[in-house]
Amino acid sequence: MTALPTRKLEAFRYADIDALSSVWEQLAAPRSIQIAAHKKVQQIWLPNGNDIEVRRAEITLEAGAEMSLFALNNARDYGRIELDVTLREGSHFTFNAANIGAGESNLEIVTTVRHDAPSAVSRQVVRSVLGGKAVGSYLGKVAVARDAQQSDGEQSVKAMLLDRGATANCKPELEIYADDVKCAHGATVGELDPNQLFYAMSRGLDPASAKALLLEGFVMGLWDDAEGSDAICEAARAALKVVTA
Amino acid sequence: MNERMLSIKHLHATVAGKPIIDGLTLSVPAGEVHAIMGPNGAGKSTLAYVLGGRPGYEVTEGSVTFDGRDLLALEPHERAAAGLFLGFQYPVEIPGVSSLQFIRESLNTQRRARGEAELSGAEFIKLARAEAAELGMDAEMLKRPVNVGFSGGEKKRAEMVQMGIMRPRFAVLDETDSGLDIDALRTVGREINRIMRAPDKGVLLITHYQRLLDYVQPDKVHVLSTGKIVRSGGPELALELEREGYAEAAA
Repeated sequence: MTALPTRKLEAFRYADIDALSSVWEQLAAPRSIQIAAHKKVQQIWLPNGNDIEVRRAEITLEAGAEMSLFALNNARDYGRIELDVTLREGSHFTFNAANIGAGESNLEIVTTVRHDAPSAVSRQVVRSVLGGKAVGSYLGKVAVARDAQQSDGEQSVKAMLLDRGATANCKPELEIYADDVKCAHGATVGELDPNQLFYAMSRGLDPASAKALLLEGFVMGLWDDAEGSDAICEAARAALKVVTA
Repeated sequence: MNERMLSIKHLHATVAGKPIIDGLTLSVPAGEVHAIMGPNGAGKSTLAYVLGGRPGYEVTEGSVTFDGRDLLALEPHERAAAGLFLGFQYPVEIPGVSSLQFIRESLNTQRRARGEAELSGAEFIKLARAEAAELGMDAEMLKRPVNVGFSGGEKKRAEMVQMGIMRPRFAVLDETDSGLDIDALRTVGREINRIMRAPDKGVLLITHYQRLLDYVQPDKVHVLSTGKIVRSGGPELALELEREGYAEAAA
């Protein structure tokens, strides 16, 4: 086992090192996921219910492979999703994930997506809903190698802060060595729109239900394209109830 | 029947500390449609928001009663449950929430508050389809997120579909006619009559132009200027305003 990381490491700058140290010794090596050429795979990662949950994967998509990964990060104390993804020619990677946290949760998603060969596509969409003193982070690096022409990478990161004490960190990052690529990223941090809240209330929704409905809209779009999304929708709804309670 | 379904007395209201409504008195009995007309900046939309209970619109003096209840003491959602519907000049977009889900949850929350049974999914869909059809709106559009990607006219039609489904007792319609083409104007006018013309219902129609009043004949027309009613009259007053302008008519 390697040494416990410190916050000096970029990928751990917002991490809860105390929580991490309590599971570090037993932490399994990152899962290795290989998607064979032209195979199409979907995975849904539901939280396991532990107070501390660290999930790591090294994923390789061979030429023309497609992977859609849907994840919910909402461990009570510390949740970390760490992905290192390598994309071969013409492969297509979609990652839609939510951090939903209340109390003193620290939730982070740290990804490196390597466009190693031409014409691969990556789409990352992360939505965070944070209440109390929760911290939600996304650190995402898209690295495009020199001959990975026509790479197409997108990162969309949005966070909703429900209480004054909540914090969102967003750091999309691009490292591009090819000259014919399309890479876009956007990040916003905000609170519920008072116009939307009033509109919903004027239609009869009480303030708590109006809030819950707006947040559901903010998050649930993530799972629109997932097959068999009932469980993750239900888990996200339950998590939102805790945040808005 | 309530003689004075909506009764506004000496109302004063401020927005961001600035007085906008300045001693407004107005009553709408059940069974009547009243139009409020007036130039830009007269306080028409402010009045609508004050009646709807929008945060930031502060009543500093006066009273508003609805069916004898103190309307101003109620939260916006309680006003809806009491039967008040506010048609927005600019209906709000809510990404990620389908119109069907939005209207159904709103309606059922209202019904619970009134001690009525909730509508089942099937009952609701049937009702929503029927109301959309009345407005000539494709029911598929109700599956889309609330008002997202709708044109100005579609948003106004969607407001009318919501009103048709919710069947309020009183509607405050804030420039429901703006942004509508001639055909849509006629449809919306017809729908206001269909949904709201009844002995136990009332409407306060806020508008710039006389046009909508060709389709929705008002029982009374009021001219609002600098925060108060400066003239009231019958439907002929709207025509006079259209002919001579606000400055002349209000003088």
